Amino acid sequence: MLAHNRSTMIVLRVLIDAEFPTFLPTETEYKKLDSTTMSENLIEVSGLTKKYGDFVAVDGIDFHVRKSESFGFLGPNGAGKSTTMRIIAATSQRTSGKVSVLGKDPEIEGPQIRAHLGVVPQQDNLDLQLTVTENLYIYGRYFGLPDKFIRAKIEELLEFAQLEEKRNVKVDTLSGGMKRRLTIARALVSEPDILILDEPTTGLDPQARHILWDRLFRLKENGITLLLTTHYMDEAEQLCDRLMVMDKGSIMAEGTPLELIKKYSSKEVLEVRFGSDRNALLAPEMEKLCERIEVLPDRILLYTDDAEEALDDIVRAGHHPNTSLARRSSLEDVFLRLTGRSLVD
Amino acid sequence: MTLIGSTRKVPKFGARFILEARIRGMLKFGWVIIAVTILNPLLYLISIGVGVGSLISHNIGPHGIDGVSYLTFIAPALLAASAIQSAQDEVVFPTFQGFKWNRIFFGMNATPQTGSSIAGGVFLAAMVRTIFGVGVYSAILYLFGAMNSPHSYLAIPIAIFSGAAFGAVMLACAAYTENEDKFFTIVGRFIIGPMFLFSGTFFPITNMPVVVQIFGWISPLWHSIELGRYATYGHRISMTMVVVHFTYLLAMLVFGLLFAFRQYSRKLEK
Repeated sequence: MLAHNRSTMIVLRVLIDAEFPTFLPTETEYKKLDSTTMSENLIEVSGLTKKYGDFVAVDGIDFHVRKSESFGFLGPNGAGKSTTMRIIAATSQRTSGKVSVLGKDPEIEGPQIRAHLGVVPQQDNLDLQLTVTENLYIYGRYFGLPDKFIRAKIEELLEFAQLEEKRNVKVDTLSGGMKRRLTIARALVSEPDILILDEPTTGLDPQARHILWDRLFRLKENGITLLLTTHYMDEAEQLCDRLMVMDKGSIMAEGTPLELIKKYSSKEVLEVRFGSDRNALLAPEMEKLCERIEVLPDRILLYTDDAEEALDDIVRAGHHPNTSLARRSSLEDVFLRLTGRSLVD
Repeated sequence: MTLIGSTRKVPKFGARFILEARIRGMLKFGWVIIAVTILNPLLYLISIGVGVGSLISHNIGPHGIDGVSYLTFIAPALLAASAIQSAQDEVVFPTFQGFKWNRIFFGMNATPQTGSSIAGGVFLAAMVRTIFGVGVYSAILYLFGAMNSPHSYLAIPIAIFSGAAFGAVMLACAAYTENEDKFFTIVGRFIIGPMFLFSGTFFPITNMPVVVQIFGWISPLWHSIELGRYATYGHRISMTMVVVHFTYLLAMLVFGLLFAFRQYSRKLEK
């Protein structure tokens, strides 16, 4: 700890690695992933555009998703993530561009494609009057699955979603996290080739989110192809092999979380707060101390290879931030760099 | 858990799976549906059929209206009216529910189901409820002695047919509606109410001024009642009019379903 701290100054060294273990693969693991999954693209999109009247929701994007890959769209609300998802899921018609899902065009063979997908929508649309089991059952029936198959599957899914004790409970009475898990279980009833999740943990409390992440991570380990949207950078880091950063209908960057951080941010970040009136005032001073800074209304971010050293420099220069936080670079910083805005407003 | 390598196909005639789910949903309110289905005709028959009927036969004799007893006269009308009412309830509420209240149609549409199969399933479920309702109603009519003419059973298929015709149109109307509050105000006050009053349910439509009769001509209930009376006790109408009544109802059924299928698909694919 720094000996010359003012008493009001709190220095926090957040050891992200130790306290919040993330599932970020190492560099070698990424290389391995790349070489093994080059084979098959389940989704191929080029020049995809969707307009609602004059409003361009998706503006000519290209991407592809490989088999067994976990692919994420990271971006703020209104970036065009959900619209893209709905086009992939064959429930919305595109304005122009080419889309191929499992080798088929969703505009022509919608039901055939949907027969192979599991979809978790942003808003739960469970039948609230029916029980947990009944919801799973009727959903399986929509796929035309036989009674015997669904009944066996339900047992598996109740265990997976940790809802065994709630099997005969009306969905109406479940908590938000349970409803979300049931929606995911429901999407798996047909053993889909691709699982599409639109903001799977938005609106859930931290504990419910962690349970959900654990369940999704298990699916990922089983080799299912995951396609998800999120505006939480920690969610994207935990679950995605590869990411697309989206803003205002366009792709800002694409790559593994690690690649993106390396390319668009520094190794570490120091966050300092001098009080809302003084942040802007001191920004030019801070700029002299590191490669790059971002000035936010409530704090200044200093991008550097050694955050603690940067803090030492600040104190040596005679400035005393009210609080400071040294941390590793995250996808939030990538997004800030690319768009000049925060992910969650 | 194996999650890869499924060989799923699109099920044929998907509407039957939507029907299955809708029936499960209805069974949750099974007792309510049964109570309404039995009480509604009982109350009607006791108050209007027996009460008003005895007043009529007291004043103009037992064969006072159209040459038959008042109960025989209103039986096909009550049956058709109840069919229309239950078909409407079972298409309108599920449509608002599915698109707006709990959005379950969007869940269904994420499977191989399409807008048409979902609309079809909702319609079929409404028909199951209608057939059940007409069955119970006619049994009660029988107990009241209102089904005693030789062809009175013909009122049953005619009532079901008119329920289907009106149900199809209301399925489309509900799908086109964005604001359900306005819908209920308009349909309840300006369609169902007047339709019941001006379609010749309780007295021949010809007793009214021609201007008011126009309401009846538009109403599917009037066409259905005319057909029902013709079939059950030989109410005198020309063969041309029989064809007109039948065609009118058939057109409602066909166009109602076509528009409903189209609008369901559009709303789901926005």
